[in-house]
Amino acid sequence: MVQKIFPDAAAALDGLLFDGMTIVAGGFGLCGIPETLIDGLLAAGTTGITAISNNAGVDDFGLGLLLRNRQIVRMISSYVGENKEFERQYLAGELELEFCPQGTLAERMRAGGAGIAGFYTRTGVGTLLAEGKELKEFDGETYVLETGLTADLAIVKAWRADRFGNLMFRKTARNFNPNAATAGRVTVAEVEEFVDHLKPDHVHTPAIFVQRMILATRNEKRIEQRTITRDAA
Amino acid sequence: MTGWTREQMAARAARELKDGYYANLGIGIPTLVANYIPDGIEVTLHSENGMLGLGPFPTEQQIDADIINAGKQTITELPHTSYFSSADSFAMIRGGHIDASILGAMEVSQDGDLSNWMVPGKMVKGPGGAMDLVAGVKRIIVLMDHTDKAGNPKFRRENTLPYTGRNVVDMIITNLAVFERESRTARFRLIECAPGVSAEDIAARTEAAYLA
Repeated sequence: MVQKIFPDAAAALDGLLFDGMTIVAGGFGLCGIPETLIDGLLAAGTTGITAISNNAGVDDFGLGLLLRNRQIVRMISSYVGENKEFERQYLAGELELEFCPQGTLAERMRAGGAGIAGFYTRTGVGTLLAEGKELKEFDGETYVLETGLTADLAIVKAWRADRFGNLMFRKTARNFNPNAATAGRVTVAEVEEFVDHLKPDHVHTPAIFVQRMILATRNEKRIEQRTITRDAA
Repeated sequence: MTGWTREQMAARAARELKDGYYANLGIGIPTLVANYIPDGIEVTLHSENGMLGLGPFPTEQQIDADIINAGKQTITELPHTSYFSSADSFAMIRGGHIDASILGAMEVSQDGDLSNWMVPGKMVKGPGGAMDLVAGVKRIIVLMDHTDKAGNPKFRRENTLPYTGRNVVDMIITNLAVFERESRTARFRLIECAPGVSAEDIAARTEAAYLA
């Protein structure tokens, strides 16, 4: 019988981690980030990590925890503005950073996971982020070549899953998670709730992309900008 | 000379949104535009992080950490809301499916070049989705102050800051005036001055060449 469900993060990550590895993570800001698996990486102490993630968390939450613990040496991200420790390490030359436009980052994950080595996009043409990259004209418009991304490990956060690894995400916590899930040579998902059965039409990420799962035991879901309606408050 | 407030700038920008539009609003003043969409005009707002059909901010009871906009603010969903992955979200943006995007800017050039993501020498936070938006959305409307804090014009002959995109801006709404161009090969024209602001006031505070 297929056994993809592991007892905890340490067990799910066992045998997958090595220094100098590349990890792709789902999440947007602090929304839909794999909190439990990040704790697992923190406990494992893996170093020299290249992290592919839209953002870098904040000082004391999300990937910020791994940055503070000096486990990440390189990041591929679109926006890192909410993290002071990141800024300190970057300005001190301790951390390497590759900026990637957000849509290009998502497409690089999608392409990598789909076996596509590269693609041309108009995004970034004429900017610093296209420097040194191949340009090509299609129908009189200039496009820049971007490459697909894969990683040794993908870590994602899902809402519901069955034991086969079919995943459903919840609202905007979906974000980069389905794309990251395809880009990992091994994908580990932390799941808020295991269910006996997901309706086939409701599956967001089919089980083929998911090798290991755990029940998410950390679901803090910290809010970055708590905005409320004034009239009703 | 008074000019428009932030709210009035947002209200002016809202008039550019037409019935049935799918629109993306940037962070800052552009976010306020949602409050001024005229009655009878149905606009569906898009957010980069994978949401179409953005509702207003929640009440204390409605707050859901899994529903945020691209500014990481808590928001609500509507009956016609849909959620999707980041790759799908940018397929909408890059594929030309979004009708309009309203964005902030540090500088815009007379050729429609936009700079809004980086100041050399300062900590660079990253472009987020701005480069994708200007590359793919049909109509780009910029909302910005007419001059910077030191009084320098932000609508310039050439930008001094690194580009977000080249030849991408269609309309500029500042606290003093509105400039528009008919196409990406046309020049910008001054089409409106804020109340109490003269064309001479605008000329004195603008470096870019434009049609009066």
